[in-house]
Amino acid sequence: MSNETTPSRSEWPLWEVFIRGQHGMSHRHVGSLHAPDAEMAIKNARDVYTRRNEGVSIWVVEAKHIAATAPGEKGPFFEPSESKVYRHPTFFDIPDEVGHM
Amino acid sequence: MADVDNKALFEFLVRMGDNTLILGHRVSEWCGHSPILEEDIALANTALDLLGQTKMWLDYAGKVQGEGKSADDLAFLRDAWDLRNVLLVELPNGDFGQTLMRQFLFDAYHSIILGHLLKSSDDEVRAIAQKASKEVAYHLERSADTVVGLGDGTPESHRRMQAALDYLWPYVGEMFETDDIDRAMASAGVAPEPSGLRADYDALVGRVLADATLTIPEGKFAHKGGRNGYMHTEHLGHLLCEMQWLQRAYPGCEW
Repeated sequence: MSNETTPSRSEWPLWEVFIRGQHGMSHRHVGSLHAPDAEMAIKNARDVYTRRNEGVSIWVVEAKHIAATAPGEKGPFFEPSESKVYRHPTFFDIPDEVGHM
Repeated sequence: MADVDNKALFEFLVRMGDNTLILGHRVSEWCGHSPILEEDIALANTALDLLGQTKMWLDYAGKVQGEGKSADDLAFLRDAWDLRNVLLVELPNGDFGQTLMRQFLFDAYHSIILGHLLKSSDDEVRAIAQKASKEVAYHLERSADTVVGLGDGTPESHRRMQAALDYLWPYVGEMFETDDIDRAMASAGVAPEPSGLRADYDALVGRVLADATLTIPEGKFAHKGGRNGYMHTEHLGHLLCEMQWLQRAYPGCEW
């Protein structure tokens, strides 16, 4: 998954952008962009992804630093959990007094 | 509101509003043409900020003038000799480096004067400065970083940034000209005398340009004539042709 082996000559590196919204507790991936360094990546993210007051915090990470699952491993990785309903806590009655969980 | 001559206040307001109007239009000319998408959007954001500030300045100017004119009337129905922007902002975009250098040289001045206008004796001026100063703080951060990045970049980007600075520097002095209108504004506490802002400006700009490994030209000559309307450059008429065309061809047109 690393593109370190193929450095492009004139292209700036690719950065993935994560933004925490006004009411969100966590940063969410919103897209990607190009920038020469981390500081400019944050500025570019501000200009490209928060024009409509979407965020209160921005994270950027160079795309090559993200380790990801390979599409080919999808079966062994994820399908085994499909048939294990007992992993979902749906067999318990939650008393009303507990309220929202 | 401070006790101040309305004619002088009007002049001050159109000087502020015409700077942002003309620079906003110039920057908007890059929309769809910038070297990369990220810069394209960033420049469009800057242009829109400047346009929004223009509306506030010129709306207030129209009110002070008392002839029932709106910001649109003032922006689209005055000819070159009635505009009061400094020459710097009407100069052509040139290459991307020249655009960014012009932006930086103006942003630095803009952020300093807006800082003073936060303490203006005029409520509306203060309110406009409050909104504009946050936008301009970001403009300055961005343009300063880009000037450093390109100035201290490749041999080609350095050469282009130095050429831009050599071309634009003689237009810096006009921003700090002080005339009777400025003195009237200063004595009423509406705005500072521009000449008093020069030291802060030189310190700020000197620091960034040194980081950018660029050399400030030695000459003291300053082109003037924009902010007092004496004589604009040939470039302003061409800009207005494009900017005002629609309202001139279809008066009162709205959409």
